Amino acid sequence: MNKLHFNLVSPEKELISEDVDMVEAPGVEGNFGVLPNHAPLMAVLAPGVVKVRNGGDERRIFVRGGFAEVTPLGLTILAEEAIPVADLSREMIAERIKWAEEDLADADATLETKMAAETTLARMKELQAAL
Amino acid sequence: MPSLKALKNRIASVKSTKKITKAKQMVAAAKLRRAEEAAKAARPYTERMEAVLANLSASAKDNPNAPKLLRGTGQEKTHLMIVATADKGLCGAFNSSIVRLARERIVKLQSEGKTVKIVTVGRKGNDQLKRLYGDLIVWKTDFTQVRSIGFAQAQEIADKALDMFDAGEFDVATIFYGKFKSVVSQVPTAQQIIPAVAPEGATPPDLKGAVYEYEPEEADILKALLPRYAAVQVFRALLENVASEQAASMTAMDNATRNAGDMIDGLTLQYNRARQAQITKELIEIISGAEAL
Repeated sequence: MNKLHFNLVSPEKELISEDVDMVEAPGVEGNFGVLPNHAPLMAVLAPGVVKVRNGGDERRIFVRGGFAEVTPLGLTILAEEAIPVADLSREMIAERIKWAEEDLADADATLETKMAAETTLARMKELQAAL
Repeated sequence: MPSLKALKNRIASVKSTKKITKAKQMVAAAKLRRAEEAAKAARPYTERMEAVLANLSASAKDNPNAPKLLRGTGQEKTHLMIVATADKGLCGAFNSSIVRLARERIVKLQSEGKTVKIVTVGRKGNDQLKRLYGDLIVWKTDFTQVRSIGFAQAQEIADKALDMFDAGEFDVATIFYGKFKSVVSQVPTAQQIIPAVAPEGATPPDLKGAVYEYEPEEADILKALLPRYAAVQVFRALLENVASEQAASMTAMDNATRNAGDMIDGLTLQYNRARQAQITKELIEIISGAEAL
C-alpha cells in the first residue's frame, strides 16, 4: 500500500522521519488529515495534537504551533516544540492555559495576538479535557 | 644564573600549567563534538524553513503590501548590531576577532552618519565593547546560567529584537558571530537578519506541475513565518558560535600545551647544565684542596 513520508522536525532536532499511513494536523483553520498523494499544501499550525497513524497504532504528539508543508515527497511539520502526549502533565497544560489567559487579558495586545491566544486557550482546554 | 632550586620550581610550575591546558584542550574537544552534533541536529529544520521561505518570498518580493519584516522600513538610518561572543576566554583570538569585525562596522556606519545600537550576547563581547561604546549598548544577555543553548534562548533574543523593530527603534539588524568552517578555521561573520534576506541556494521542491494550496493565505503564512525565521537564524548563529568557540579553544590550548612542553625541555636542559656545572665546581674545589696539602 501507498505510504506517506512524514518528517517532524523541531529547531533542535529531527524527531520523526518515517513512512506512515496518515497524519492529522491542527491547522489554524481547523484540523486536517494528510493521506499519501495529497496535493501540495502549506499551512500554519495552531497549538494542538498531531495524530500519526501507522498500521493499527496511533501516536499523538503535542506541537506548540508550527508549520506544515506537503510536497510530492511527503509531509514535513516544522514544530516550535513537540512533546509526545504521553509525556504531557496536567501541570504543564494548566500552566499553558494560564499563559494564554494572561495573553488574552493583556490590554495592549492587538486583535491578532488576542485571536491567537483564544485559539491556544481553546485547544489547551480541549487537551485538558481529553487527558 | 638562577639557582638549582629556582629552576626546579619553575619546571614544576610549568608542568602543572601544561596539565591544566591539556585538560582544557580535551574538555574543549568533547564539547566541540557535542556542539557539532547540536548544529547538525538543527540543520533539517533550518533547511526546510529556508526552502519554504525562498518559495514564498519569491512571489512576495515585488508586492508593496509585503510584510515589513521582508520589505524593510524603506530606510537604513538606524542599525542594530547583535554581537554574539563567548562567555569565557581561553579561546585564542576568537572573541576579539568578532568584536573587531563589529567595531570596524560601527566605525564605518558612524562615519556615514548612521545611528548604531548594540546588543551583546555573551560576556566577553560586552566586556570589550562597553569600554568604547558603552552608551550604544541597548541591552545585553549571556549564557552563564544556561548549560546548553537551546531554541528558547534564541527565541528570546529574536523576540526582543522583533519588538524593537515593531516599535520602529531600528531599520536593519545584523548578527555578528564566529562561523564554524572547520576545527582550525573560524570566520567572524556578519549576517543581516532583519529585514529578512531570502536564502540563496535553497531550491523549492519539485511539485510535478501542481501548485501549492495555502491555508491560511500566502501573505498570512509569510507573516507567521518571518518572525520564526529570524529566531531560526539567531539560533543557528548561536550554535555555530558555540562550535567555533570550542574549536578555537581547542586550538589555543593545543598551542599552549605545546609551548609548555618546549619550555619544560628548555628549562630541563638549563637545569642539567647548572647541575653539571656545580658538580664540576665541587670537584675542582676538592682536587685543588687535596693538591694544596
